[in-house]
Amino acid sequence: MIDLLDKFDPIAGERQAYLDAGGRDPVGVVMTKVLSPTRAVIAGRETILMGTYNYMGMTFDPDVIAAGEAALRDFGSGTTGSRSLNGTYTGHRACEDALKEFYGTKHAMVFSTGYQANLGVVSTLAGRGDYVILDADSHASIYDGCAMGNADIVRFRHNSVEDLAKRLGRLPPEAGKLVILEGVYSMLGDIAPLKEMVAVAKAAGAMVLVDEAHAMGFFGEHGRGVTEAAGVEADVDFIIGTFSKSVGTVGGFCVSNHPKFEVLRLVCRPYVFTASLPPAVVASAATSIRKLMHGGDKRARLWEATRAMHAGLIARGFTLGTRTAESAILAVIMPDQATTLAMWQALLERGVYVNFARPPATPTGVYLLRCSLCAEHTADEIATILQAFDDAATAVGVDLRAAA
Amino acid sequence: MTPPTTRDTIFARILGLIAPLNKKGVALTETTSFSGDLEMDSLTVMDLVANIEDEWDIVLPLNMLPELETVGQVADAVARLAK
Ligand SMILES: Cc1ncc(COP(=O)(O)O)c(C=O)c1O
Repeated sequence: MIDLLDKFDPIAGERQAYLDAGGRDPVGVVMTKVLSPTRAVIAGRETILMGTYNYMGMTFDPDVIAAGEAALRDFGSGTTGSRSLNGTYTGHRACEDALKEFYGTKHAMVFSTGYQANLGVVSTLAGRGDYVILDADSHASIYDGCAMGNADIVRFRHNSVEDLAKRLGRLPPEAGKLVILEGVYSMLGDIAPLKEMVAVAKAAGAMVLVDEAHAMGFFGEHGRGVTEAAGVEADVDFIIGTFSKSVGTVGGFCVSNHPKFEVLRLVCRPYVFTASLPPAVVASAATSIRKLMHGGDKRARLWEATRAMHAGLIARGFTLGTRTAESAILAVIMPDQATTLAMWQALLERGVYVNFARPPATPTGVYLLRCSLCAEHTADEIATILQAFDDAATAVGVDLRAAA
Repeated sequence: MTPPTTRDTIFARILGLIAPLNKKGVALTETTSFSGDLEMDSLTVMDLVANIEDEWDIVLPLNMLPELETVGQVADAVARLAK
């Protein structure tokens, strides 16, 4: 018998060598208590969380929790069924109504995760003979949606309007085309030049899908995302989003004004062949989405915290993924894997949790300590985190550029 | 300037595009494989594909990549597409 797991020996070996050398496992963090959107207990130590995507701090909102508790009590712990069969409750519809109101669209379709929303929508929209044109830095769920479908897949250089135009120009004019963009790119925290990109896509006769996973709640006047902020809502055919970030629970969705949109409920396999979200989750999500419509204060605090953190890290000589704070994701660029792991661990030992990120999740050769801010991060917490970065860099011996 | 498109010149030019990525200095032949011999990860391969597309102004869809394991197979594909 050939052991099918043998092919992963190099990966397992690399990890084991790191652990044997006393390293802490970056994918083995366990939170034994969660105290708030910004605090948890990890390995017995109270830790400030700065890598959660919990941008708006909705996870402990009393209304969100109350809605979930009531639904759990009244509708049970799970639906035990697909949206297409016995798994659509009044709560799922109410959640879709909340999304329609939030985005001002005619249609909304809730999936069990954002990953499945991308998997389903991308693979279903673009079929044999069609083209998907995607940004090189697209999220894994978009790449996997491409792999699951039958379309031809064309990749353009990250955020390059010119490269997108060039590649669209090489495609047969008569072929169906879906251009996939993200409002905020989750690795470096940079935003897409959506105005220019959407114009180029439309000029080539393509339909446009924008994944707003990391923008919902705090870009644009109504918090609809970079699409709204860039003023291109009318030209974007589909928006994909998730409940696992600003909304503060779990789930995914697609919203659209396309008149034929509802047919996707019949043909989209990752919608049909999986169980729907539990009643408590959709109730929490709907409540959270409605509160996010009026989240102006939180939004202002999130941007304030993000700018303070960005400026603080730059002042301490760290290299960040963006020159200014473009989103609530701040990517601290590290020289190599060993330094990144050492810094990650040193931060954790000082009570600060950030994300360790490496290729292929990141672009080629890029190692990151990825930070994401929360509206609930206080000025004190930010000062503590910055001090921890300073101390960790000294302990690890990170070569910081001369502070500007 | 349009690059010449005979199979030989295509092959030679592809070697030129691979050279900067060939960190271990593996000898490049028709049967050199990208993942096996050159140990290229998927991101590096996709970046190389982008350069190849630009060199000949062609579309080499990512879904074709599983069939293009060796340098020779890529040269064949480019020869087919660059007309
Ligand atoms: C850009 C993007 N799209 C989709 C997803 C998937 O979201 P979910 O966590 O709901 O599966 C993520 C998050 O992981 C993401 O970063």
